[in-house]
Amino acid sequence: MIYLTLFYEFFKVGLFSVGGGVATIPFYMELADKYDWLTTQMLTDMIAVSESTPGPIGINLATYAGFRAAGIPGALVATFSEVLPSFIILVLIAKALERYKENTLVSSAFSGIRPAVAGLIAAAGWSVMRVALFTAPSGSSLFTMLLSCDIKWLVLFCALLALMQIKPLKKLHPIVYIVFSAVVGIGAGFLGFI
Amino acid sequence: MDAKQKSPAEPRREKLITLFATFAKIGVLTFGGGYAMLPMLERECVETHKWTTSEELLDYFAIGQCTPGVIAVNTATIIGGKLRGFLGSAAATLGVVTPSLVIITIIAAVLSSFADIPAVQYAFCGIRVAVAALIVNTVIKLIKQNVKNAAGIVICSLAFVIVAIFGASPIFVVIGAGIYGLVTGLAFKKRTAEK
Repeated sequence: MIYLTLFYEFFKVGLFSVGGGVATIPFYMELADKYDWLTTQMLTDMIAVSESTPGPIGINLATYAGFRAAGIPGALVATFSEVLPSFIILVLIAKALERYKENTLVSSAFSGIRPAVAGLIAAAGWSVMRVALFTAPSGSSLFTMLLSCDIKWLVLFCALLALMQIKPLKKLHPIVYIVFSAVVGIGAGFLGFI
Repeated sequence: MDAKQKSPAEPRREKLITLFATFAKIGVLTFGGGYAMLPMLERECVETHKWTTSEELLDYFAIGQCTPGVIAVNTATIIGGKLRGFLGSAAATLGVVTPSLVIITIIAAVLSSFADIPAVQYAFCGIRVAVAALIVNTVIKLIKQNVKNAAGIVICSLAFVIVAIFGASPIFVVIGAGIYGLVTGLAFKKRTAEK
């Protein structure tokens, strides 16, 4: 039965992919080998769609694959099966965290982790910047990459970042910047700048 | 320091529907998932609702990174659990997942070549720039609030270099930094005990 297969396979993806949405992709490659409702070509399209729609990529991928396999019920089963393992684990962790947050061991571990997470998020910001501002393919040398910088996007990037530092604009919701940039992108595209 | 004073001493009983709606909003407004969600989380959970402090949010992100599953969903589950226990976790998780379910199902059913539409591609060239600027802006805020001494600067830079340049898994960085925190915490405790 397809729903049982979906439950089993997506539960496994949710349980074994550690490190976020992108970490689920290798598991989907495996599924594409195994089942005929998923192909590598579909997977490539899925990744493009997941990245160009709102929502976490991992969830978008599960919904898309589930829908392709068995329509709307398939999408529901796949998505909830993928979320279930981490849901159980994190409900338990949230409970434990409330109880042990005053514990010195826990708080000293987190005092080491916080600056590291700031660095991790900086690294994530850097990888988004690479794709957004530079045209050289990943893997090219730092020099080639810096030369491939797209000036119009660099200008937009700096302008946005500068605006975000201005006191009265700090209250502005992040979505304002996203919508504004989408409009700039569409404008630039149809005017022939992309 | 500032963040500590803002910490909500008594967790208010937040309505489940508020939790669901807030996380659904975060789900709709997030493009790219995971770290791209942080600016929205920071805005909604720290600034608007004051559900967590900026420090706690980082802790939850670290946990979400090291546990199985999607980071954005994991973070939602923890914040929901912190506010309202099991039901809170369920409401927040459902909230963050629902927009994807609806939007992706519609796209998969109607527009199979959604990502090939020129206007969509152009819009995303712009959106990626905005997401990059938002993440960098969040990093600036986080560093101001959480990197307070020389050791912090070293850990933060090391984490960046290890992941951005050497491409190592962030999980090892979180575990390594946790061990460092434990060791220095224990050493500090021992020293103060001897005095």
